[in-house]
Amino acid sequence: MSATTAHDTHHDDHAAPRGLMRWLTTTNHKDIGTLYLLFSLTMFFVGGSFALVIRAELFQPGLQIVNPHFFNQMTTMHALVMIFGAVMPAFVGLANWLIPMMVGAPDMALPRMNNWSFWIMPFAFTLLLSTLFMDGGGPAGGWTLYPPLSLQTGAAFPFVILSIHMMGVSSVMGAINVIATILNMRAPGMTLMRMPLFVWTWLITAYLLIAVMPVLAGAVTMLLTDKYFGTSFFNAAGGGDPVMFQHIFWFFGHPEVYIMILPAFGIVSQIIPTFARKPLFGYASMVYATASIAFLSFIVWAHHMFTVGMPLAGELFFMYATMLIAVPTGVKVFNWVATMWRGSMTFETPMLFAIAFVVLFTIGGFSGLMLAIAPADFQYQDTYFVVAHFHYVLVPGAIFSIMAAAYYWLPKWTGHRYDEKLGRLHFWCSAIGVNVLFFPQHFLGLAGMPRRIPDYALQFTEFNMISSVGAFMFGFSQLIFLYVVIKCIRGGEPAGDRVWEGAHGLEWTLSSPPPHHSFQTPPEIKEAEAHS
Amino acid sequence: MSASRRVAGACGRAALAGSLLWGTVAQAAFELNMTPGATAVSRDVYHLHMTIFWICVAIGVVVFGVMFWSIYHHRKSRGAVPAQFHESTAIEIAWTVVPVMILVGMAIPATRTLVAMEDTSNPDLTVKITGYQWKWRYEYLQDGVSFYSNLKTSAQQMHGEAPKGEHYLLEVDKPLVLPVGKKVRLLTTAADVIHSWWVPALAIKKDAIPGFINEVWTRIDTPGTYRGQCAELCGKDHGFMPIVIVALNDADYAKWLADTKASLAAEADSANRTWDRAELMKKGAEVYQTCAACHQANGEGLPGVFPPLVKGKPFSGSEEMLKPLRERGLLAADNTIAAVSVEQQAAVILKGIPGTAMAAFGPQLGDVEVAALLTYIRNSWGNDLGDVVQPAAIKALR
Repeated sequence: MSATTAHDTHHDDHAAPRGLMRWLTTTNHKDIGTLYLLFSLTMFFVGGSFALVIRAELFQPGLQIVNPHFFNQMTTMHALVMIFGAVMPAFVGLANWLIPMMVGAPDMALPRMNNWSFWIMPFAFTLLLSTLFMDGGGPAGGWTLYPPLSLQTGAAFPFVILSIHMMGVSSVMGAINVIATILNMRAPGMTLMRMPLFVWTWLITAYLLIAVMPVLAGAVTMLLTDKYFGTSFFNAAGGGDPVMFQHIFWFFGHPEVYIMILPAFGIVSQIIPTFARKPLFGYASMVYATASIAFLSFIVWAHHMFTVGMPLAGELFFMYATMLIAVPTGVKVFNWVATMWRGSMTFETPMLFAIAFVVLFTIGGFSGLMLAIAPADFQYQDTYFVVAHFHYVLVPGAIFSIMAAAYYWLPKWTGHRYDEKLGRLHFWCSAIGVNVLFFPQHFLGLAGMPRRIPDYALQFTEFNMISSVGAFMFGFSQLIFLYVVIKCIRGGEPAGDRVWEGAHGLEWTLSSPPPHHSFQTPPEIKEAEAHS
Repeated sequence: MSASRRVAGACGRAALAGSLLWGTVAQAAFELNMTPGATAVSRDVYHLHMTIFWICVAIGVVVFGVMFWSIYHHRKSRGAVPAQFHESTAIEIAWTVVPVMILVGMAIPATRTLVAMEDTSNPDLTVKITGYQWKWRYEYLQDGVSFYSNLKTSAQQMHGEAPKGEHYLLEVDKPLVLPVGKKVRLLTTAADVIHSWWVPALAIKKDAIPGFINEVWTRIDTPGTYRGQCAELCGKDHGFMPIVIVALNDADYAKWLADTKASLAAEADSANRTWDRAELMKKGAEVYQTCAACHQANGEGLPGVFPPLVKGKPFSGSEEMLKPLRERGLLAADNTIAAVSVEQQAAVILKGIPGTAMAAFGPQLGDVEVAALLTYIRNSWGNDLGDVVQPAAIKALR
């Protein structure tokens, strides 16, 4: 391949635009992947700053920094920005960069739609963030938008709904593109069961997205008509049912949880074999476990609603179904451990993040299992125990996997090695910070502190202080990551094609950085080379 | 032998030091765990919680133990040579079947506890609990007694202008009083948005949902005070609507019930007499605590969200918020707060403004309270309308 300096030079016949127009009009999967990742990083800092406002207010009892109404806006916006602006776009960015390279394709199947699905996002988030400056402020009813409370939102309400619609459209288009690429653009010999696990997990995630984003769109549209067009979908006084919203929302919301974790499973399943220098223990069982988790995600939604007053039979069903998720999730964790077993491990930054992922995600899984037990859930529901649980699966879970992926593939993307020392410093600061931040929240929840409160009783003071200190530690550690990424983009030791000694997969056969159109001639995949 | 004894001694000293340290930590109010609570059900839940916690710890020790052993021994720097084994049907079946068996083991006690918790049959007493933004109302259905329960902690304590009391944010003006040893059925519902009634010591958390009634039960073993909070985000003052239960033995409970009935009757009776201005202002200031949650203690509201109550103060907001205010004459053409008649203002308090956060307080407040409130609002913070509104006038307006 002669074209090796893809980013600066285009090798198409047509004249490629430069500067801003290059990024606005790009249909290249790598450019769009980069845009998604940079957007996600920006939103990570925006959402993180909201979290720091929350933790600063909660540093000690009393109302010090913000009023309760603004506090509620911060909790709501923190969640919306982190879920829809940071985690999801980061995974779409990784999918864009990696899927064509991993399946041996030149680009994504639908490049123009790819451009559109990215460029909707900055508009959606401008709309969402602008609500903070409106009369009555931004949405303050929690990201779950439960009516009737969410219907008390002021001028911001229609803007929030429209921005959620736009995010949904973007996600569905991204998902269609992933499916079309994986099913149509694989190189000869790349059968489904030879695909890298990252590709597999994204294929399943994409189906989840297509299945549930329209459900969210329906739910928020019903909110909109309830508020402005006189309907009573969720208004008991008009014959509606406020609990119905929760059922619809969580029918979206629970698969959404897996949308944010399945690609993480894929990433970790790529990284651990590389640094253990040993093939993934059970490739097929990993694929089946992912599919099982995706299936179960559709039949467990009401475990978010054990306290709404369901009939006993309903509570039992959702309790049993939720407990079942532990089985395929356990299979995954056992597989990673078995892959490490009798390997020959080295611990570069991606591996450190991957190992922390396995340990801390498993802790999040344990608290998830505890939450599945309905009678105990009555005590945990809507407390800091839940906050600790979902942050363990989302921060050292999803976000650590994204960090791991960034360190793992940055040399491939930029052609330069990142600063390993700073990478490890970032890892240790993050890993310690995240535990100081979230571990004490388990204790707070068990001792009886509800979530989403701006002020608390005195017995919760000590652990809140520790948690806030951890929050600032973790938050400011991410500036190291920002510096490492910028430094790596700007230069560094040449990475070489096969960046890591133990790396397997098609992306490592390309130059670093890869050519503009990843594979112009489809490679041929033989059994022996399949899925590391 | 001496070596093992030394090890044992060292372990003993470490354990002692550990427990001393633990004691110190515990004294510093580091509450780490759920408590067994005050009912048979709460103890079952506590034991279920601990059982599952220890199962998770055991699994964690095994999985992480294997992992860290591997991390230590199977590292390249120690010269480990990678094995190339993968896939083993036997192992994969084992690590699927064993977790299933553990889960079944967990599900059996969980199901038993859940079935017991849901059995609300044959109660001795029923109390209906209604959530409001931001307080609770308790109605003793068999005894015809009902009252509201408001946060008692002062705003000065929240803003650091007064020292915080022992039960900061967990104290109310009128607690829910329940007899011990009786099966009490609690019905939860709400008037505005969804709330959730949570008392950890009873292991009860039940959503209070407008238009729906949920039921749950408890039987408290020992007299005492049990505290809880609203657990479902319900707006600005979600963190400020605590629950306090005082559990009394039978004789004390009967006395409390009689006293409460008498004081409620006296209160109802007082609506028939004429009140003087000072009395109304004093009572009005108390009632206004409810309003202060939104309209603030100084009556100036929050910009863009809650309108001021002070004549001449400007208020801007979305058109859908301003329109109903203009329609009711509360907002002048220049978007400042206008002075309105007692009748107009009373109508807003009694009926609320549908579609906004302004609830109808007619069902919540008695004639005396509304009269006092109006007198207070119309004569405070620069409002100088000078009227004294009598309970009889409110009765006529209802």
